[in-house]
Amino acid sequence: MSATAGANEETPFRRFVSEFAESKLALAGLAVFVIIALLAIFASVITPQNPYDLAQLDIMDGRLPPGSKSMAGYTYILGTDDQGRDMFSGMLYGLRISLAVGVGSALFAAVVGTSLGLLAAWLGGRADSAIMRLVDLQLSFPSILVALMILAVLGKGVMNVMMALVIVEWAYYARTVRATAMVERQREYIEAAECLALPRWRIMFRHLLPNCLPPMIVIATQQVARAIALEATLSFLGLGVPITEPSLGLLIANGYQYMLSGKYWISFYPGIALLVTIMSINLVGDQLRDVLNPRLKR
Amino acid sequence: MITWIVRRLIQACFVVLAMTVIVFVGVHVIGNPVDILISPEADQAERARIIASMGLDQPLWRQYGYFLWDALHGDLGRSFVFNEPALRLIAQRMPATLELAVTAVLFSIIFGVPLGLYAGLRPDGFSARAIMAGSILGFSLPGFWVGLMLIMVFAVQLGWLPSTGRGQTEMLFGVPWSFLTWDGLRHMFMPALNLSLFNISLVLRLSRAGVRETLPMDFVKFARAKGLAPSRVIFVHVLKNIMIPIVTVLGLELGSTIAFAVVTESVFAWPGMGKLIIDSINVLDRPVIVAYLMMIVLLFIAINLAVDILYMVLDPRVRLERKA
Repeated sequence: MSATAGANEETPFRRFVSEFAESKLALAGLAVFVIIALLAIFASVITPQNPYDLAQLDIMDGRLPPGSKSMAGYTYILGTDDQGRDMFSGMLYGLRISLAVGVGSALFAAVVGTSLGLLAAWLGGRADSAIMRLVDLQLSFPSILVALMILAVLGKGVMNVMMALVIVEWAYYARTVRATAMVERQREYIEAAECLALPRWRIMFRHLLPNCLPPMIVIATQQVARAIALEATLSFLGLGVPITEPSLGLLIANGYQYMLSGKYWISFYPGIALLVTIMSINLVGDQLRDVLNPRLKR
Repeated sequence: MITWIVRRLIQACFVVLAMTVIVFVGVHVIGNPVDILISPEADQAERARIIASMGLDQPLWRQYGYFLWDALHGDLGRSFVFNEPALRLIAQRMPATLELAVTAVLFSIIFGVPLGLYAGLRPDGFSARAIMAGSILGFSLPGFWVGLMLIMVFAVQLGWLPSTGRGQTEMLFGVPWSFLTWDGLRHMFMPALNLSLFNISLVLRLSRAGVRETLPMDFVKFARAKGLAPSRVIFVHVLKNIMIPIVTVLGLELGSTIAFAVVTESVFAWPGMGKLIIDSINVLDRPVIVAYLMMIVLLFIAINLAVDILYMVLDPRVRLERKA
């Protein structure tokens, strides 16, 4: 048994925690993700240099390999890029933007998708088929194409990338929530609430929504990982965040031209950071799916 | 059934029309191409002449009307940058993308099916577990990064394969192809592998699941009882049955593969339509953007329509459901 074995009473939450902890791999993923998130949040405290402050950069330190000494005396543990920017500092700041864009857009898409999905399930009829047709239409196009279309229309920028990610992602939430809500609304507790003549919005948000949450949490973790990967891809293509606020994808793109001459570190380390972030979220997401899926319940 | 197909066709036309409006209005709201393409030194008369020659002085609805009329005649405007018909530009780049996408789909069968067969036949073996773990990587790693790593290892460090470009091409039907020359094939290997990683993982998982499902079936037991060689049972009887879902999924994935070629082409500087659209977005070459988006939307709607109709024809259950 896990760490909660000594607890005297079993609450749903405790059961959830102990089931989640059964997978060591998922726990490791969670730990890595927490560390990454903390590194990103406290980037300005940890890093030796503020990569956006041009006064702190020295062009003479450009493209130094990992472990080189700077003019100012500290060590560039991961080398520097073409501007003489410390890669370690640049990476943590980039991580911050990647995480903010990924998590932010996934949450926003969750709100939009959940509302529309619930609405479709609740209203039924025309509204339902209209919303679901839109979902079908959108899911029939690959995410990169939808994002490309939106960014071709809106232009670059952090807000536009987030908007594109939200538009790409909302359909997954809407479809999942609708499917769950359709099942849940047949249950007795909804019938009971209707018999009590509670207002519709109250039944929807206080009774129906909380019971639709488990599959939503699973979708949300997967979507955060997907959003981070897609944002990195778009930024790599030069369609994402502006050069003044480089995310991991843009850092990788910056190093691309130097990679052919053997200066691998400018692209390599941001790539590893991206990789570890995505993998850790996916590990947590897989275990969440196994724990929260009622079909796999023992 | 004919009415259903006709209704579905009309629906598809409406989707195309809606897409033209969205794409056209959307693309015409961003930046003003006049500022980019006309040199700041040009005087007022020169500016007015160029604006009029591009039709940018007309109201938006009339521009849309002209656009739709011309589009129906196969004219999607001239590229501002290349001063060539946008459709011809895209048609010129399309063979490169198609050859890459088709090779990628072939790769996913060549690599995916054997790996999946192996993993399905020995599900508890160490290498089977390693293959399955690898397929998770194929799903979740961002493709562009894998492409960069391929370049770093095989082009820069080992120097085995060329890093970018299409290599030597050979003309066939008046179109240059890379797959006809050894040099072209060498150039194509890494981009195609990069593009196919997702599909390899997909095919691998499908064929593993298929093998696990098919092995306990009666016809396999019968084939074994009949005394057929194990290799014949696996490669003829089992393989034939698991290929059906794989081919269906790959047909569906061809569209996405063409769309994702945008990323691969940018990494490997492969001169296909994906690279063209990225370059065009960066310089706001509106006719090319619109033409590319229209082409790809049309392609997807055609694929979806074909799949729907095929299912309808092939699977009686779907047909009955529609009737009900």
